[in-house]
Amino acid sequence: MIERNPLRTFIRHVVLVTGVFIVMFPVYIAFVASTHDLASITQAPMPIRPGLLFFSNYVQAIFEGSKNLGSAVGVMMKNSFIMAMGISIGKIVISLLAAFALVFFKFPGQSFFFWSVFITLMLPIEVRIMPSYKVISDLGMLNSYAGLILPMMVSATGVFLFRQFFKTIPREIVEAAQMDGSSPMRFFLQILVPMTKTSIAAMFVIQFLYGWNQYLWPLLITTEEKYYTLLIGINRMLAVGDQQAEWQIIMATTILAMLPPVLVVISMQKLFVKGMTETEK
Amino acid sequence: MQTQKAVFKGILLPYLLLLPQMVIIVVFFFWPAGQALMQSMFMQDPFGISKEFVGFENFENLFKNPEYLSSVGISFTFSFFVAGTALTVSLFLAMSASHVYKGELVYKTLIIWPYAVAPVVAGVLWMFLFNPTVGVVAWLLRQMGVTWNYLLDPIQAFALVVIAASWKQISYNFLFFIAGLQNIPNTLVEAAAIDGAGPTRRFWTVIFPLLSPTTFYLLVMNIIFSFFETFGIIHQVTQGGPGQATNIMVYKVYKDGYLGLDLGSSSAQSVILMIIVIVLTVLQFRFVERKVEY
Repeated sequence: MIERNPLRTFIRHVVLVTGVFIVMFPVYIAFVASTHDLASITQAPMPIRPGLLFFSNYVQAIFEGSKNLGSAVGVMMKNSFIMAMGISIGKIVISLLAAFALVFFKFPGQSFFFWSVFITLMLPIEVRIMPSYKVISDLGMLNSYAGLILPMMVSATGVFLFRQFFKTIPREIVEAAQMDGSSPMRFFLQILVPMTKTSIAAMFVIQFLYGWNQYLWPLLITTEEKYYTLLIGINRMLAVGDQQAEWQIIMATTILAMLPPVLVVISMQKLFVKGMTETEK
Repeated sequence: MQTQKAVFKGILLPYLLLLPQMVIIVVFFFWPAGQALMQSMFMQDPFGISKEFVGFENFENLFKNPEYLSSVGISFTFSFFVAGTALTVSLFLAMSASHVYKGELVYKTLIIWPYAVAPVVAGVLWMFLFNPTVGVVAWLLRQMGVTWNYLLDPIQAFALVVIAASWKQISYNFLFFIAGLQNIPNTLVEAAAIDGAGPTRRFWTVIFPLLSPTTFYLLVMNIIFSFFETFGIIHQVTQGGPGQATNIMVYKVYKDGYLGLDLGSSSAQSVILMIIVIVLTVLQFRFVERKVEY
């Protein structure tokens, strides 16, 4: 910047290295624990270098799971994946349609619809858990993928991101399409959606994270092990009461539960930052 | 101002396009939110057999209940510490990262890592480090002569959930601070330097005031985060205990409603939380409007 002071640059690196250390240390220790046997973890202090059991611990976690839980990572990962993908794709589709109607049409009640969508931004699921639970149970959706996915598609972030983007589209494009006699749906599918690709991708990253990391909702509505998501599985594995928790398997599961969202964020860093700072939510 | 958009004609089509979104919102948002408002006015016996309209009595009972009041206090203290820690640490890191040219991408990539991690997983990671029997940090503390057991000591439990929650929130703040710092015109900082202001002075007189909209936005988001999204951390690490030490409002709604089956009181608590979110959201939108004016 202005002064090029080597000492200051050095201090900045020290600050950053310390920050990275604090951020990564818990992850590193979890990884180390996932490569040892239980006996070496429970003797204090546990080793701080990776052990030799990486392969066997992860195989056990993926195919058998912890002893006190009948569900293995393989199954739970599938459930987490279905939930995250269902939420992201479902929300992108309904938001695109709704934003299309709100921006490119004029119709009675438009502002009423706008505000009823807008208000959902305000109330996260955490503040209406009991009544939501009751609705899902009345609809017979406890222990089902529909019950895991549909209530999570409520929030209007998608509608807002797409609406903002649609409003920047030059009206000439719409007029040209109209002059060519293309129907609204044809315009939507062949012109609008391809133009929105970047925003759709950004939305996908955000919603995938949101879906994958849901905890309270699956905790309430899944009681059957075959519907457990990874996060619920981890919680259940730790609930051993007086018995010894199988730390090496739990930590392997934790690492595996972290991996998909972390990979998505790191590989799509630019897109995701763009989507996040633009929706501001 | 904005030009009028070319508009498609269609009488039924716009409604059909909105239909899926509206169905989801009505069934999974308005219905449950309405139910919460209704329930909060009724007293129900634990078996759900009879209901009695009691008006605001559930609310009155809450405000007379020392346990609820302490939960409110704990929530505010918790969000104060989490927001304070997460904002300070991330601003420090962002200031350093924005002046560093070597290894910038590596630092950024590693620091945003926790953003991808679920709160409950953050809880598991820190719980493991501080677990009284197997935790590495707990062992270190014991070597240093500290009696560490967060399962028994309220202050230690509170500190642990604050650490886990702040760790999770640092990445989010960091990204926004980086974006905010990039938007500060270099010419302003240079002008201050030419006038003889050193780095510290430049920070307080130029950078910090220009960054204040970002900071305010983040403050609101951090409070919302600590009030609502930390449920996973509390549920996994302390379950609101020991005693009431970490029983934040969201956790209490879950405990009283889902585990305790006191629907009236739980719904009244939900309504209070809704009011808090609405106030925070309005604050945040007013700020967004102001930012647009700049």
